Amino acid sequence: MRDALLDRDVYEPEEGEIMEVSMGPHHPSTHGVFRMDVKLEGERVVKLKPVFGYLHRNHEKIAEHGAYLSAIPYTDRLDYLCSMTNNWGYVLAVEKLAGIAVPERAEYLRVIVAELTRFQNHAGLIGFLLQDMGASGTPLMYAFREREKILDLFESLSGARMMCNYMRFGGLRVDATKEWLDEVRALVGRLPQFVDEYEALLRANEILLARTQGTGVLPRELAINTGVTGPMLRASGVNYDIRKVDHYGIYDRFTFKVPLGEHGDVYDRYMMRLLEMRETLKLLEQALHDIPEGPVMDPKVRLRGLRPKAGEAYGRIESPKGELGFFLISDGSGNPYRYRVRPPSMINLTILEDMCVGENIADTVIILGSVDIVLGEVDR
Amino acid sequence: MALPSPEDLKAQIEAGVPGASVTVIQNGSPSAQHSLLLDAEHARAVAELLRDHDGWRLDYCSLVTGVDWPDTETSEKVKVKKMVKAADGTESEEEVEEVRKTKVAGYLEAVYHLFSMEKKHGPVVLRLRTADRGASVHLPSLTPVWRGAEFQEREAFDLYGIIFDGHPDLRRILMWEGFKDYPMRKDYVPPADEIPVVEVHR
Amino acid sequence: MLGEGIIQGLVETARNFFGSYTEKNRLVTVQYPEERHELPEASRNFPFLLYDGKDPEAGLRCVACQICEKECPPRCIHIEKSKDKKPDFVGKQQAYPAVFDIDVSVCMSCQICVEVCPFDAIRMDKVYELSTDDRFGGLLYTKKELAKPNEYYQKIHPVEAAETDGRRVKEAEEAKAKAAAAEAAAKAKAASAASAAASGPQPVVSDAIAKEKQS
Repeated sequence: MRDALLDRDVYEPEEGEIMEVSMGPHHPSTHGVFRMDVKLEGERVVKLKPVFGYLHRNHEKIAEHGAYLSAIPYTDRLDYLCSMTNNWGYVLAVEKLAGIAVPERAEYLRVIVAELTRFQNHAGLIGFLLQDMGASGTPLMYAFREREKILDLFESLSGARMMCNYMRFGGLRVDATKEWLDEVRALVGRLPQFVDEYEALLRANEILLARTQGTGVLPRELAINTGVTGPMLRASGVNYDIRKVDHYGIYDRFTFKVPLGEHGDVYDRYMMRLLEMRETLKLLEQALHDIPEGPVMDPKVRLRGLRPKAGEAYGRIESPKGELGFFLISDGSGNPYRYRVRPPSMINLTILEDMCVGENIADTVIILGSVDIVLGEVDR
Repeated sequence: MALPSPEDLKAQIEAGVPGASVTVIQNGSPSAQHSLLLDAEHARAVAELLRDHDGWRLDYCSLVTGVDWPDTETSEKVKVKKMVKAADGTESEEEVEEVRKTKVAGYLEAVYHLFSMEKKHGPVVLRLRTADRGASVHLPSLTPVWRGAEFQEREAFDLYGIIFDGHPDLRRILMWEGFKDYPMRKDYVPPADEIPVVEVHR
Repeated sequence: MLGEGIIQGLVETARNFFGSYTEKNRLVTVQYPEERHELPEASRNFPFLLYDGKDPEAGLRCVACQICEKECPPRCIHIEKSKDKKPDFVGKQQAYPAVFDIDVSVCMSCQICVEVCPFDAIRMDKVYELSTDDRFGGLLYTKKELAKPNEYYQKIHPVEAAETDGRRVKEAEEAKAKAAAAEAAAKAKAASAASAAASGPQPVVSDAIAKEKQS
């Protein structure tokens, strides 16, 4: 049967027994406490329902009960693998709400830590995806070897490896020393060789090509209408990268390409992340070359007891997962009246069912892996 | 063609969808993201116009937020003529100042942030308000227009109790099936075994 | 040929495996607990209180202003202010915390308490081997367990401690200079008043005005 919207042949179940399987929430391949209620006809998926909320901590209400400063450590814990970019999304929204300017050196450092975060996220994601396909941890451990170096850099800069709590509205908490920048330069010099090795590991692997090409196709129009963002959207051929569209921070001073895919299948999403890793390294080289001296925080900004004027603002950034946005409504007091997170992982999951129907159940796992979800962000 | 200002958008929408009433809500913060308040009846038609219009092409619904505005009280000083008894027993009419309190009904609100992936502009902010917080909390669902609103409208239903008519699958998404209350509302009381959160006013 | 991709991958794996014997970069396992990773200077885990000198009660820097308690995002700090006062490092009379509890099972190591403390009284420790078998009391740290000497802080965070100590020394000197100047001014005033009283008759001034002039 030809499905008009998905534009491919879809398996039509014959008269038979439909088996209902609950994949998760305790599952090694669902990237967290995530459940998929799958209805199977033999090995083919007939219907799939994603169920989440197992990690729901009502982060939005906690942020509404506290001050603007107190919400920053909680944003670390949204997408817990990429705490620096989460911090940036939130402080960007507060800076828009209160009209706070950021010094030059702080902007450069923000780009440097955000791109390091993007690199370690994509490396880890490819590792997890390949592990779900059966590569038993080898690519993952190579990715984690480099990720450890980046986390050590974060620890010497901000004090913690993952829950960095580093950015503040109006700049950064502490400045980076010259030694730290030299260490980053040394690491960025060694990383292109790592990306070459990493890519050569499984790029031409016949099993990988057979399993991922043509699997989990997401057509272009459906991707736009469903609000999918990030590498998943660009794999379907849509050129929408918020770093280029919104010009937030100082990204328009750097030259970098936005890789685009053609088919929107799992293979394209895997290649998106590989190519973005290379673009990230180019961005890092440029930022490390141009970073000026200066302060990283405007001392006149009130961190404790910030009371923005009544109003609202929506600030968004290109996080490694997609568009991470924060919507803040202020009523003039020190606590936000409404604090909302736009979670890219949750919205990218909307289309999971459409991508998986008609595929084998084993491929459901790799399709989910290519969506790149982190449950801290899906459930908040 | 760049995105028109909110006032121009209002005029063009009211011309394009007859009967629609659009109000521009000013935004007090430096972000200057002003929003358009739509009426529930014509919201779906306005949404389709915004998505399909050649110049705007707002094909990407980025964010759907639920907001709770609880009932408030406004007090005003009113001069009222009243019969006042004097000390010696005579009555006379005098003008007295009285404080009159009126209840302003609260409402639930759904805020939509729209962008355009084709034209790379935005945001256009839409607002839909319910009549009150109790019995009539129905709003039209914009999921048939933008599929990206599907999970987020379910979340607004789950955490605020806004019922979206026309949503393909409206059920709880983050809380478990069978949960009774609406956690993000301002008057939500957590169950007795939870540690109470003390709000610190700054 | 079929299988070429698989062989390419195996070449990479072999390079990493045999390379781990020769390149330090490829052998990254730290044999914990025989080996321990050296933590960088800025590393943080849970907070602790600082005291100057030898006596944790008398030298405790905390003045129970309760700013850290208010700003702590998960509200893990509990402070009760004392009724009496004691002098701090510049000689000013300050209150002190009668009770200072941190619930370490709630603390999220965000270090906002350190950022907002105006008295350099609370800092982040680096110790991470804190396991206990008492789930409730064992993870509630009281003032006695939290108070650590300044020498300990200088050992774990030498750069930060140097900056803090330098600033406190300057503040102490400024306070002493100010106190000395105030004393000198008061002495000069008293001397001039005494010499004026010793010289000739004064115009008649009512008692009230004279008292006002003296104070």
